[in-house]
Order: sequence, then C-alpha cells, then structure tokens
Amino acid sequence: MKYYDKLVFELSQEGRTGFSLPVNKYPAAPEVPAALRRESALNLPQVSEPDVVRHYTNLSQMNFGVDTGFYPLGSCTMKYNPKINEEIAAMPGFGGLHPLMEDSLVPGARKVYEEMNKALAAITGMHAFTFDPCAGAHGELTGLMIMRQYHLNRGDLARTKVIVPDSAHGTNPASAAVAGLEVVEVKSLENGRIDVEALKPLLGPDIAGIMMTNPNTLGLFETQIEEIAALVHGVGGLLYYDGANMNPLMGVVRPGDMGFDIMHLNLHKTFSTPHGGGGPGSGPVGVAKHLEGCIPAIKVSGFHGNFGVILRAYAYILSLGKDHLQKVGQFSVLGANYIKECLKDKYKLPIEGVCKHEFVFDGLINDGAHDDVPGATTLDVAKRLLDYGFHAPTIYFPLLFHQALMIEPTETESKETLDAFIEVMRKIADEAAQDPMILHDAPHNTPISRPDETTAARNPILKFQDTL
Amino acid sequence: MSKIMEGLKYSESHEWVKVEGDVAVVGVSDFAQKEMGDITYVDMPEVDDEVTAGEEFGALESVKASSELIAPVSGTVVEVNSELEDTPEKVNEDAYGAWIIKVKMSDPAELDALMDAVAYKAAIGE
Amino acid sequence: MAQLPYLPQTEADVQAMLARIGVNKLEDLYSDVPAQFLHKGAYALPDALSEQEIRDYFASLEAMNARLKVFVGQGAYDHYTPSVIPYLCSRSEFLTAYTPYQCEISQGTLRYIFEYQSMMCELTGLDVSNASMYDGPTAAAEAMKMAIACARKKTRVLLSATLLPNVIAVVKTYAKFHGVEIGMIEADGGQTSLSALQAELAKDDVAGVIVPSVNRYGIVEDHSGFADAIHAEKGILVEYCDPSALAVVKTPAEWGADVAVGDGQPLGLPLCYGGPYVGFMTVKKEHMRKMPGRIVGQTTDKEGRRVFVLTLQAREQHIKREKATSNICSNESLMALWVTVYLSLMGPEGMKQVNKLSADGAHYLKAELLKTGQFEDVFPDKPFLKEFVLKYKGTGLKERLEKAGFFAALDTEEGYVSFCVTEKRTKEEIDRLVAAVKEG
Repeated sequence: MKYYDKLVFELSQEGRTGFSLPVNKYPAAPEVPAALRRESALNLPQVSEPDVVRHYTNLSQMNFGVDTGFYPLGSCTMKYNPKINEEIAAMPGFGGLHPLMEDSLVPGARKVYEEMNKALAAITGMHAFTFDPCAGAHGELTGLMIMRQYHLNRGDLARTKVIVPDSAHGTNPASAAVAGLEVVEVKSLENGRIDVEALKPLLGPDIAGIMMTNPNTLGLFETQIEEIAALVHGVGGLLYYDGANMNPLMGVVRPGDMGFDIMHLNLHKTFSTPHGGGGPGSGPVGVAKHLEGCIPAIKVSGFHGNFGVILRAYAYILSLGKDHLQKVGQFSVLGANYIKECLKDKYKLPIEGVCKHEFVFDGLINDGAHDDVPGATTLDVAKRLLDYGFHAPTIYFPLLFHQALMIEPTETESKETLDAFIEVMRKIADEAAQDPMILHDAPHNTPISRPDETTAARNPILKFQDTL
Repeated sequence: MSKIMEGLKYSESHEWVKVEGDVAVVGVSDFAQKEMGDITYVDMPEVDDEVTAGEEFGALESVKASSELIAPVSGTVVEVNSELEDTPEKVNEDAYGAWIIKVKMSDPAELDALMDAVAYKAAIGE
Repeated sequence: MAQLPYLPQTEADVQAMLARIGVNKLEDLYSDVPAQFLHKGAYALPDALSEQEIRDYFASLEAMNARLKVFVGQGAYDHYTPSVIPYLCSRSEFLTAYTPYQCEISQGTLRYIFEYQSMMCELTGLDVSNASMYDGPTAAAEAMKMAIACARKKTRVLLSATLLPNVIAVVKTYAKFHGVEIGMIEADGGQTSLSALQAELAKDDVAGVIVPSVNRYGIVEDHSGFADAIHAEKGILVEYCDPSALAVVKTPAEWGADVAVGDGQPLGLPLCYGGPYVGFMTVKKEHMRKMPGRIVGQTTDKEGRRVFVLTLQAREQHIKREKATSNICSNESLMALWVTVYLSLMGPEGMKQVNKLSADGAHYLKAELLKTGQFEDVFPDKPFLKEFVLKYKGTGLKERLEKAGFFAALDTEEGYVSFCVTEKRTKEEIDRLVAAVKEG
C-alpha cells in the first residue's frame, strides 16, 4: 500500500469537465422562479474523467479487502465474495427495473423473492421472510416491531420490555430502544452462557420477549436453549434470534427448530455478499407461522429492500444447494477450533471447550509489562498484525472481557492461511513478552501510522470546506 | 495514585461536590478522569434543567467510551461550565478545577449520603 | 454434484486440523449441541448449480421481466450512470473491504467518505454530513427521531402531506413504535400549506417538521416563512430533498433548515428494483452530536501526515447501546462511493445540464400531452423540474403505454397520473409516447 494524499477537490480546475451528456433538443422550459432558485455557488470538483479514474484507483490501493487478505473478524463473517454474484447483480434486465413496476411486469424479480423466501425458510426453519430491511440492525428493529405488533394484536399492552444478554452486540439494545422497548439485561455465567437462574426472576407479563443469538457473541452454543425457550414462551413472550452468528449453523442446526419465533439474517455476512466498506447489506427477517400476519403493517424501507444484495445472496445459495450447505457450517467451526487450540498457550483463553465459528481471547498471557513500560494491550496486538499483512480480529468486544480479541476465520480460508496467521500471532506474542514497545508503536509498515483520534473528536474536521 | 481533594463530598459514581451556600458545584474526581482517558466531549444539561440525585444528568465521552454523569444531589441547574464545550480536556488537566454544573439544591440533606475524602479514598481502594 | 470452488479444505487438511483439535470427525465439533437440534436428512433446497447453470438460470429470470423505457419517478429516477462508476466501484479493495475501523489499512474508504460528506454538505448548504444511511425514507425516520432527541419534552413531529407516500409510510412506522405522534400538514394548491403548518405549530408540542423541497407532484415548493414559524416554537425544520435538484433549487440551508435528508439514488445509481440506494443526512453544526450514523473526520498520524478516521463514535450504538439516538451500524458505503464518483465527474456544470435536460424534456412532454386534449392540468402555475402530474380523462392509459414499451402514467393516490423525464430519455422517445397516447 502506498500513501496517496490527494482529495478529489484538490484535483479541480475551473472549466474542467468529466461528463458526457447529449445535446439538448428541446424547447427551453421556463426557469425555476428566482425566489425558489439555488443562490449559493455549487463548489463541486471540476475534474476530467482520466483524473477521476486515477484518483479513485490510487485511493483503492490504500485499502485492504477480503480479496487482499485474511480478516479474522469475530462476528463479521468475512468470507469470500463470489464474483459470479457480481455478474448477476449487474445484469441490465434487473438493474433497469423501476421499483413501482407492478408484479405482472417483473415476474423474474418477484420469482427471486419467492424462491429466496423458500430457500431461507428451508435453511432456518422459519416460515416466511420479509426482505425490506437493509442491514442487520435494520432487521433487528423490524423483528422487534413484529414482536410488539404481535402483542398489540392480542390486545396486550403490558409487554414493554425485552430481555437482552449482557454479552449482546450494541445494536441489540439500541434497536430495542428505537422499537420502544425497555431493555432488561440478563447476566452471563463465567462460562459465557446466559445464566438461566438469573433469567427466571426477570420473566413476567411485561416481557415482550428475549433477544439473543446462538451461538452467542463469545462463539459458544447456548446449550440451555430449550429451557430458555420454554421459560420465555411460558410467560407468553417471543424468542428473537440475531442471525449474525448463523454461519456455524448452516446445514447443521435451524433456529426455527430451537424455538425461535423471529429472526434476522445478515446477507452480507453468512450469505457472502460484499461488505462494500460498510454497506450495503441486507437483513431479511423470518417469522414463525403464527406471526406472518404481523409483517404487512411494518414498512421499514422505501421499496423492496436491497434487491441488488438479495440477487447476490440468491446466486450464492444456488451454488451451495443442498449439497454444500453443511460444509459451510462445519468448516467454519473447524477453522475456529483449530486456531484456538494452536494459540491458547500464548493468549488467555477464558472459556475452555469446543467453540463454534468464533472464539474470544482475553489478551496476551505475557504482555511484557516491566518497570515503567506498560504491557501490550489487545489494541497493540491488533495494530502489529497490520504490519504482517493481516487485518486485526474484532477487539474490545464482547465487553465481558477487558482485553477481548474475537477471532472468526470463516470456511473460505485455506489451512495455509490459518497457519500463517497462527505463526504471526505467536511471533507477536513473543515480541510483546520481549519488548512491548514494538507493539505500542505499531503499525510501522502501513501507509499511515496511528492516528490522533483524540484531536479528531475534540476538534472535528468533517468536510473539505472546513480546511479551506 | 489519584488526587483526592479535602473538603469535598464524593459520590460512589465518582462525582465531587463543593458546597457554596445552597449551591452544589459538581465535577468528577481525578480517578474518574484517569479511568476515562482523554475526554473528547462533555455532554451537559442546560441552565434551568432539573436534576435528580442518583439519576443521569449528562455524560463524559472519550474516543472509545461514554460514561454517565450521575447527579449527587437534586435541584435546578443554575450554571453550566461552557468552557468545557470547546476544551473538554480541562477535566483531564484539572479534575477539581473543571467544575461541570452548579445546582441550587432542593434538599441539602442529600449531602449526608455522600462520602468525605477519607471514605472516598477507601472506596476507590487507594 | 456441481463443485463449489469456495472451499479450499482438502481431506488431508481436514484430518490434520481435526487431529490438532483432538477430535475424530467434524460432527464431534457439535458435541455441545443437544442432539434433538441437529438436523437430520437433506435440506429442502435444490441441488447445487454450477456457475454456468447459475448464469443460465438468472438469464431466464431476467428475460421474464419487461424492458420498458422508464417515464416514472416517485422516489426512484432513471438518471444516466457514467461508465466509470461501476468500473471503479467494482474494484475489490472497495467492494470487499470491511467497515474502516482499522484506519491504517482503510484510508481508501475513509477518504471517499470524507469526500462524500463534503459533497453532500455542498449540495445542501449545511455543515455536517454522516457517512450514509439506508435510503431516503429511513433517513427521514432518523430525522424524526433526532427531532425528538433535540426537542426536550415535545412528542409530536409534523409531516407534509406532499411528501412521497413511501416516505410517510416509513416515518409513520418508526413513529408508531418509538412513541412519537405524527401530525399531517395539509396541502394547498399542490404544495405544503404555510397556514396549515402554522395551525399545527400553534398546538405547541411540535419537535420537528419534515417538508419536501420538491414534492410528490414534482412541484418545487416555496418554504418562505417555514423556518421562522418553526424556530419560533423551538422546533427543527427538516427538508426532504432530491439531491440532484439541489443544483438548481433553493438549498435547505437557504430555507433556514436544521436538517436535510433524502435519497442519493438520483445521483447516478441504477433503479435496480428499489435497492441498494443511499440515504443522506446533513445537519447544522449545533445538531452534530445528535446526528446518527458514522462520521469520518480528518486528523494527523504520529508522523504528522494527513489521515482520516471514524470519529465522534461515542454517539453510536456500539458505545451508547440503548442510549444511542439510532441503532444504525451498516450503512450504504459503496453507494456513497458511487455518488462521490458521480459528483466528481459531473461537477457543477454537469449537474446543471442534467437538470436542464430533464426539466426541458419534462416540460416538452407535458405540453405535448396537454395538446392531445386527453388530460387536464392539475397545477398549471406551479413550477416543476423533471416530474409532473396530470388528470387523465379516460382509463387504462398506463397499460396502453406499457404495450407500446413505456413505463409511464403511474396512478397516484389522488387519482392523477405521474410522469418523469430524465436526461436518459430522448425527444424521439417522448414523441413516440405521445403518439401512443393519441392512438388510444
């Protein structure tokens, strides 16, 4: 990666054009009346096409992607993004469809939704899906709205709370708050799983349901799920499944069979659609049969969800078919357990035992702290990994462990990649034990070094115009 | 070792109170600012807002965290330290000098529930 | 079965890893799952398809869809996409990158987002932009929640009846569950009525007001007096905009708005049956801390280089959890790159020409349609750009035009027919459409 410091505004020269529009053959329409016209200048960059191409190409070369290297990011499922999916998504017979075209004009597009509905139902054990949500958090929100609608339809206005484990991803309580539900936290045991005894006193007629994931955010299967489901259903509540951790269950276990009533999936995680630097995603929500009637009232996006993302995911599902689905689950679990076993003598493993697709270390066993030199932290390990050409794992999540390092290798990584990662992690652990300053000062080999985030937050510069 | 100032009252959530007549001047302890690290923003109430003892009245933010500020006493906010809007780092530099809000107390007896310097020192285990 | 080329593990690899873990077979890795949950038998999915079979299958689905010239807008616009954009956006360093939390290896993403933020501020005139949201309607819903968060004790948000129907539907859904009361401001003569707004404001519990800059009828609205009336009641003004039109119509900043939201889809994004699109939000500086979504900021690294990072993260869900103003995590980053490249190519001159070609085309179409005698002009003296509505005196116009190869004359809730012309349409296409109308 090479440091390239231009912003497109800095390539601008008055009078340059980078567009090609046809000659205007129409009679001139009246101008917008002066009182309604834009007054201020429009200072967008004026750049030629070759310079635009060169600029963004150079920018891209300061970026790391799945196609560049390994992303062991726990809870993100950074698997390979198949290129056939891109080809399908770019087909003009899909790209040119206006979303307000009625169904009879677009039977091919409607068929994608119908077949995706069937496929996702088969994979998850849910009955029906809505494809409106555009991201996982959006799906969580939609699922919680469905949960509330279900109780409202029953005439039950007392269901104002939702139970969320203290290990949950931040979007869970945030989505609950947006959906108008009060969050009640249930504690985890030392072994990382939900404390069922702590759950029992929280249950009552004011509980709309529980929002959880399985495996949980530590990568551990919630072995008590049957009891948890019985307890929550027993007080008339519903079970919501956060599908971010669906990957290890592919072809092996179905959330619907475990008692979940509502769930979302992250197509940009489990179903291989690309992350795009932070989006677009898609978060379809599936429900059990008795909740299907709640869906139509809940309109959470402008049209039909992210069709382009759904197309990609469907192409992926067709490539898996019934034949390969199980390998996705099994190989994701294989890789995670392999890395765990190979590194647990260098990194603290707070919870022993078989994990699913991801697991958590709680920092280095020997962080090299001595005299006035502070020990190497998880952040330092993450930054040093960048020097070796790996993206860091997820750090400081879940909050249960103060030096959390969450690793998820996905099933599309070869054994050689896993071994290379293990070797580098061992090397970094040894570096820390010898001299933690190497890690404190990392990264050394990237286009830029550690940023001053404090100044960025205290004196925000959030647009180019601020720097003029 | 954090600095602990004599003559102030302290809450369990690390706020300090300096009593000036019927007004409580409120800030956060040196221990609190150390825990937060570099403070990037202080979320403060407005003058005339009501605060309630034990309830949130604002927050301290750093790059990676947000920590609630809990009112040690109840009353009406009469002054807010507007310097902290542009220079939140003053809380890091001088936790006892960088007061956050001044509250006209509605129930001064609430002060009795707070700790003195000695008790606070023991409470933070130093 | 057709092979799957995405799984690198050989049998030898699998055995070696199992041995290192200390188990015998893959099934042992699920020993923590109660046996009754392990799925038995095959899943109800078709057999795996090979890559060519996947191509063939989707080609057959594609062929089932009509290929019509699009003359409808209503929130999704068939604007021209420069060839450079899909080419650059398909670069795998952009496409397959994760969220730029590790900024040292994500300067590409962070810089284009910074450019995107700058451009949205330039279009809307406001001070701070976020890194994108899902779409226009959800951005409006987020603005509704922001108004409540800013407002202190007020629980009502007003929506103009001239906003697009899907914007109203989404905001109302969010409001219902978030516990916010929605009030509607009536239209008068095709645009939001100032007197209706004032009457609603007088009820004294309004946190914010959302009105469209260019409305569902295609009319450019006059919002004189709106900001003053709303600010007098300590509410916030939110302008819902078509960002493409902001090159030629009064900006939210010029109307005195606090927040601008809308969908960036008209900035060269393909129709794609409704998504992925890209919601945008820009705000006045004083509202920055309440704005949802990621934000990229400029700073320096240890060597003093100019670098970019995600900043002000303490607002977001991963830090504030249930106290965050929004739950948003993933956004539409790649579509923000799409918009950024589009605006870099278009520049101010290109944006003016896009609007002129579209508006001239729309005015030409409207005049020609009226000449047929089959239509009534609903809003004859209201200014419009690329979109307009008419009343059709007959029936079945949309179906007739479909048979002639056009998607046009969409029926609106009010019983009008809606048309839109962009720079992608030609005079020849318009003339053929009008001929098809005359044939009926």
